[in-house]
Amino acid sequence: MTRIHSYDAIVVGGGGAGLKAALHLTRFGNVRAAVLSKLYPSRSHTGAAQGGIGAALGNLEEDRPEWHAFDTVKGSDYLGDQDAIELMCHDAVDVVIELERMGLPFSRTEDGRIAQRRFGGHTRNFGEGPVRRSCYAADRTGHMILQTLYQQCIKNQVTFHDEFQVLDVIISEGRCAGVVAYEIQTGELHIFHAKAVLFATGGFGRVWSVTSNAYAFTGDGPAILYRRGIPLEDMEFFQFHPTGIYKLGILITEGVRGEGGILVNGRGERFMERYAPTMKDLASRDVVSRAIYLELREGRGIGGKNYVYLDATHLGREIVESRLPDIADFCRTYLGIDPAVDPIPIQPTAHYAMGGIPTDVDGRVVVDDERTIIPGLYAAGECACVSVHGANRLGTNSLLDIVVFGKRAGLDMARFCQENDLPPIPADALEPTRARLDQLRGGKGGEVPAVLREEMQNTMMEYVGVFREEAGLKQAIDRIAELKERYARVRIQDQSRVFNTDLLEAWELGALLDLAEVTAICALNRTESRGAHSREDYPRRNDAEWLKHTLAYRRPDGSIQIGYKPVVITKYQPQERVY
Amino acid sequence: MNATFRIQRYDPEKDEKPYYQTFQVEVEETDRVLDGLNKIKWYQDGSLTYRRSCAHGVCGSDAMRINGANALACKVLMKDVGDRVTVEPMLGFGIVKDLVVDMEPFFDAYRGIPPYLINDEPVPGGRERLQTPEQRARYDDTTKCILCGSCTGACPSYWANDRYVGPATIVNAHRFIFDSRDRATKERLNIMNEKSGVWRCRTIFNCTDVCPRGIEITRAIGEVKEAILADRIKP
Repeated sequence: MTRIHSYDAIVVGGGGAGLKAALHLTRFGNVRAAVLSKLYPSRSHTGAAQGGIGAALGNLEEDRPEWHAFDTVKGSDYLGDQDAIELMCHDAVDVVIELERMGLPFSRTEDGRIAQRRFGGHTRNFGEGPVRRSCYAADRTGHMILQTLYQQCIKNQVTFHDEFQVLDVIISEGRCAGVVAYEIQTGELHIFHAKAVLFATGGFGRVWSVTSNAYAFTGDGPAILYRRGIPLEDMEFFQFHPTGIYKLGILITEGVRGEGGILVNGRGERFMERYAPTMKDLASRDVVSRAIYLELREGRGIGGKNYVYLDATHLGREIVESRLPDIADFCRTYLGIDPAVDPIPIQPTAHYAMGGIPTDVDGRVVVDDERTIIPGLYAAGECACVSVHGANRLGTNSLLDIVVFGKRAGLDMARFCQENDLPPIPADALEPTRARLDQLRGGKGGEVPAVLREEMQNTMMEYVGVFREEAGLKQAIDRIAELKERYARVRIQDQSRVFNTDLLEAWELGALLDLAEVTAICALNRTESRGAHSREDYPRRNDAEWLKHTLAYRRPDGSIQIGYKPVVITKYQPQERVY
Repeated sequence: MNATFRIQRYDPEKDEKPYYQTFQVEVEETDRVLDGLNKIKWYQDGSLTYRRSCAHGVCGSDAMRINGANALACKVLMKDVGDRVTVEPMLGFGIVKDLVVDMEPFFDAYRGIPPYLINDEPVPGGRERLQTPEQRARYDDTTKCILCGSCTGACPSYWANDRYVGPATIVNAHRFIFDSRDRATKERLNIMNEKSGVWRCRTIFNCTDVCPRGIEITRAIGEVKEAILADRIKP
């Protein structure tokens, strides 16, 4: 049985971007909006963000939005669109104040203002040295943002459909007309008919074996739109955070280094001094992750193993327990160590998608290099690519991205809903989803989803990680093609309707495989090194040929067509990037 | 190490009542209980059902009863439970399937606090409201709550009477009552003073024992009780 719901606007995803959008949508009394989330919204991965949200409040020392914008452009290795970056960094001050007024319990300075700390790549006066720009709530800033926005949505009486997983988008006569969702508790398919839909589904770090990302981060939004012919932008750029807990990949915030923590190799050397003479351990993440890999490759890991130390022992117990309490807890729980006494074993961990669904600064999905939009279709947050992060995101800019662009998307959707009627929906809107689920349920082959997933994750880690080169990338592309072929013969065991996570995990594997393929192909295609994309066979940035965004389209036969669009440059001409 | 997982199973489409099933699984000592469940689900029985997301103790999805005590499966290591582990859904909630429980009543109670800052006073100068580090510290502990339900599902008073709002709701009320910026203290204390409120707490400390975030829940409930009795907030 199919149930059809009708709203003005649907938000897919209950993390920071989705909730911020919902909040602004429902401030207009006449816009009926609902949030669909495959989790309870308070479980969303925004809650795992730790170190802070960037804004030039200047609460502890002089700071300016222009400096923040410059740092973001430089951090992006000049691939970020500068109009969007300037807008984000100027809006930052207002959105952070707005969050505080909503009740967000920021840590405080002695005079009662929002506390700020140093973070990687954030500098004063265009690169002179580190600046205190990251506004934080201990080391659970994302948790507090998620809680505060969820609370405000409850206040605004936003409608939630929790544990509804969106499996398809409905595009009809050139307009977005809604989504198809699977109700996890009952196994029923629902159509949500709407004038406007926002995808805010987060990232897809589960493509890799070592990741800081939640199990839920399977790239549902980008995969759904890609299958409907919408291109994905800059997919070759995926950030590896320098400090994940060894083997587990659990994030250890850059805030540890912001508070004064340092990286140390097996010889006891503070090796970042060699790679980034000015910013040292607070260079941007791509730079630090590469430095760690190079140290490991030279045999300078701890005891010859594949990790280095993040040393916070000199900070003192007071700082560790008051400003980094969750980090201390993770270390005790998962490593059995005390970070005030013992150094933390770390390795880079797959962390953040700079690429994703192409949008303009109002969250509208843009399908080519001529600003063509699909009316009613929006994306925001990690699943989107505005692009404010370019080839490498600075720490604290993801929380900023979700509140700034979640808000802008919500406001534009409200306007759109007031000016437009409901589009028609095709009678067979549900059929592709039903067929796909039937195929997964009825699979007669012997392929086990977990085996395919593990092979994909290991392949991506080995060949499409921090460093890449042609032969490895080709091997990865071949293996993923083979895995996709085997995926057609996947067999699930659970045939029940109620809470069938066996079925949903198999569906999510399909999304991950599609995104792994696009990522590897885009990485092979870009024959230069820029930001997080490091080609050992093309070690230099090549602005003459590659100062442009990649657009990857899925052809009807499943193959990938590559296109490009120009980078928007306003004030900051590309320079050599030194930290 | 080889571990024996004894897991409570229940499929509402097939089973009249829950039963136990035993699995053998090879795990590392440093694996999480969640890793053990995943290995069973992925390689032995795909129908085994539980919620999970972040896998490091911050999203609150995988609260369940592990060897008799509520915990997050991603925050308990195998070496801490040994090679025989019993996993069951939390008590006090309806069972949806296997280890998945019905969280709707839990979130309904949360929405009753009401769980958002109330303060309509204008703020001068387009800046943040001020709050000293001491004022901020006053409610720091209760801001850590991830709404996993471990405390509420461990509370005998909640088992006995599900109209009791439960410890998690009081924790979140505390977070606003003791926030110097909030202006609805009186209303919140009145809600907490109702029959379904703080007085159902019998100071058993189960909630504090199981909280995966280390929140001193019984103490927070005590502070709310004191505030009601004194009709004021102790700074």
